[in-house]
This record gives sequence, structure tokens and C-alpha cells, in this order.
Amino acid sequence: MIQALILAAALATGAPENPSATHPGEETVEPYAQSNAHAAAKPFEGDAMLKAFHGRDGISRVVDELVDRSLTDPRISQIFEAHDMVRLRRTLKEQFCYILNGGCDYTGRDMRAAHKDLGIQNADFNALVEHLQVAMDREKIAFRDQNRFLAKLAPMQRQAVER
Amino acid sequence: MRAIALALGTTLAMVGWGAAVADELRPQGKLLLTGGVTSIEGAGGGGLASWAVITGYGTREGVGANAHATVVTLPDYQFRAYGVSAGIFDRVEVSYTRQDFDTQGTGAKLGLGKGFTFHQDVVGMKVKLVGDVVYDQDRWLPQIAVGAQYKKTAKGGVIAFLGGQDDEGVDYYVAASRVLLAQSLIVSGTLRATKANQTGLLGFGGPGAKDDYSLQFEGSAGMLLSKRLLVGAEYRTKPNNLGLKEDDWFDLFVAYAVNKSVSVTAAYADLGTIATFKGQRGLYLSLQAGF
Repeated sequence: MIQALILAAALATGAPENPSATHPGEETVEPYAQSNAHAAAKPFEGDAMLKAFHGRDGISRVVDELVDRSLTDPRISQIFEAHDMVRLRRTLKEQFCYILNGGCDYTGRDMRAAHKDLGIQNADFNALVEHLQVAMDREKIAFRDQNRFLAKLAPMQRQAVER
Repeated sequence: MRAIALALGTTLAMVGWGAAVADELRPQGKLLLTGGVTSIEGAGGGGLASWAVITGYGTREGVGANAHATVVTLPDYQFRAYGVSAGIFDRVEVSYTRQDFDTQGTGAKLGLGKGFTFHQDVVGMKVKLVGDVVYDQDRWLPQIAVGAQYKKTAKGGVIAFLGGQDDEGVDYYVAASRVLLAQSLIVSGTLRATKANQTGLLGFGGPGAKDDYSLQFEGSAGMLLSKRLLVGAEYRTKPNNLGLKEDDWFDLFVAYAVNKSVSVTAAYADLGTIATFKGQRGLYLSLQAGF
């Protein structure tokens, strides 16, 4: 927690500006090397999964619903305090779009760095999965396609959850 | 006086510790159905098979516990089981189940008396060794657990008459379970070393060379139709120590999680020949409640 505060203070004051962080409404972040490998999953082939998610618009709706639900869930909402939610929505959409072979590049940090010091437990990870399932239900994505996607995300537990 | 003060201090410390632990423990952290349901022997699993999952909805930061009641209505008998189980830190499972095998009217035909009922207590323990049933979607290794079930029957005299060598025994098993998310499938296999006749209700071992452990198999496969609904089949091989034509067991099941507190399992179970009475097929119903 103290580390997070120091980090937040450092980010707010003297951190060097990331030349690539030109996204409106986002806080500046320390520069880091970008790579699609940071998405931590091999993308699907073909366009079946992108279609199942109703294209990039569908992905965007799913991510917004996922984030909205997570922010109002007392089990996990604390995790997102002091978090740049504009950036989180954008990078999550990129990550989902990349994995679903929607023609996006993922520009966020790798999974370990992105979840560092957040103190995430398995129960938090699973709570997020539950919100994602509801978000995919609301987007009327077939259950089997939801599971195909979740199979790509599940191994990220090892990087997201702190031992 | 000092002893009382010490005891009081210790008690207060333990209460404080207990409260602190309870505060830290997070219940219901698992995803729906990923702790399985409760099998007839009390272990987390399917209906007839024990799986490698740790029962309940506790993750490695929490605990979970269940109570279950199960009834299998057969043409000539009724089987009942009820008990409690707990999963601790998604690592260790402990369970206690009481089984009744009610011979009903058949008891008179067997010379045991109408309504004669075999009983068995099953105390189980299971430890998860490696793997994760849900998260390890990118690895071939399933979740693997080892377990033991101590079983004690209550009708030693009748069991000895049937040729059973013992009224108590221990089963040892190793189970491997896996959710194949990309296929929406759950598969599980178990190897069980056992001497039990009809899972122990008819005692352990048989005459002569039939008093040794034999290796038996339990296999389950199910398809997730929704987060709450799993349909599948199970097969369980059994030894034939008593020479009473003991058959393998088979079932087709539907497990439905109402929520993380309540789930219902219904099955068509084929338990074959039991104590010379053939064709014991019927409805399996199990209700599980817990956290």
C-alpha cells in the first residue's frame, strides 16, 4: 500500500513523460517497451471469435460492462482505487481485441507488471471472471465461445495473483 | 489462580486469533461448480466418483464447507447418504458421510428381515498435490490429488456370514481432474485401491484370495451447458470379492448450481446386481448446501 502511494506520488510529480502516452484523459506513465507478447495469450486464428463477440464494438461494450460491474463490486472495487480507469479500459479493450484476432495491438504492460503490488487474490481474479461472464451474457455471446475466450485468460492467474 | 489466568489468557488469545483468521478468510471465492458436488462417499467429485477437486467454494485464501443428502431409489433397495465436508485453502479436504443401504422388503427374501439396513461411516481426507483444475488451461497437467477413505460398517455379523473378511477398511485413491474450458468439458479419472464390497456396505475382502487390495477405476466426463449446469456420465469399476456378481456402476447425471450455496444433482444410476438382485437401476438425487 505504501509502495503504491509512493508510486502514485512519483507518477503525479516528476515522472518523465511517455512519448507514446498521447491518449486523452489518461495519466502519464513511465515508459516501457511495448509488445503484443505482453497480452499473455496467443490470439485466435480466423474471424470466428471476433464475430462471436460482435466485432470491436462488442468487445468495447463487454469491457465497459466488465469494468463498470467491477467498480461497484464491494469484493474488488478497492483494487481499482488510485487506478487510471481510462487507461485500464483502453488497454483491456486492446488486449481482448488482440486475443480475439480483431486486428489490434496491445500496448499495455505485461501481466505481471500490470498487477504488481495490487495484492490480488484468487477470489478477486474469480470475481472479475464472474463479471466478465455476465458482461458476455449481456452481449449475448454464446456460452461455448465465452469459455473459449476464458481458456485464453485463465492462465493469467499465475501472473495476476500474488503468491 | 495463575493457571486460571493462563488458561483465560490463552483462550482469549485463541479467540482473537480465530477472529483474525475468520476476518482474513474469504468464503465463496471459487467459480460456480468448480468445487464439484458431493459424491456418495462424501468426497468432492461427481456422484459415484471422487474427483481431484477440493470441495466447497473456498480458494487458497479461504475455506468452504458443505452438507449433503443423497438418496438412490432402486427396484429392490434404497441407498441413502448424508454428511458434511470441508475444503481448507483449496488444498485439503476432510469429510464425514453416513451411508444407509436399506433392504426394504427385499430384506425378508434375503433372510435378513424386512427393512434390514446396512450402515457405513466414511471418513475421508484428500490433499491436492499439483495443478489447477481451472487456471492451467495452457498446460497438459491436470489437477492431481490423493485421498484416503476410512470406512466402518455396522453389521459385522451379516458381513461375516456373506464371506466378508472385515467390517472396516481403508480405500486409497489418486485422482486427476481437469476443466477443458475451450471445449466446455470436465473430465476426471481416479484409480482406487480397495477391498470394499459395494463400496464397503457389504464389508471388505472375500474368502480366500479375494482378500487383497485391487485397483479400480472411476471415470467421469461432463459438458458445461451453462455456468450452472453440467451434464455427464460416470463409470466406476468394482471388485467382486464375495462372489455375488458385484457389477460396475454407471450413471448419467445433471448437476445444477442454484448459486454458490445450493446445488442439486439428479442422475439415472445403474448399480447392476446387488446381493443377487439384478437390475438395480434408479433415480439418484442429491442436495448440497454450504459455503
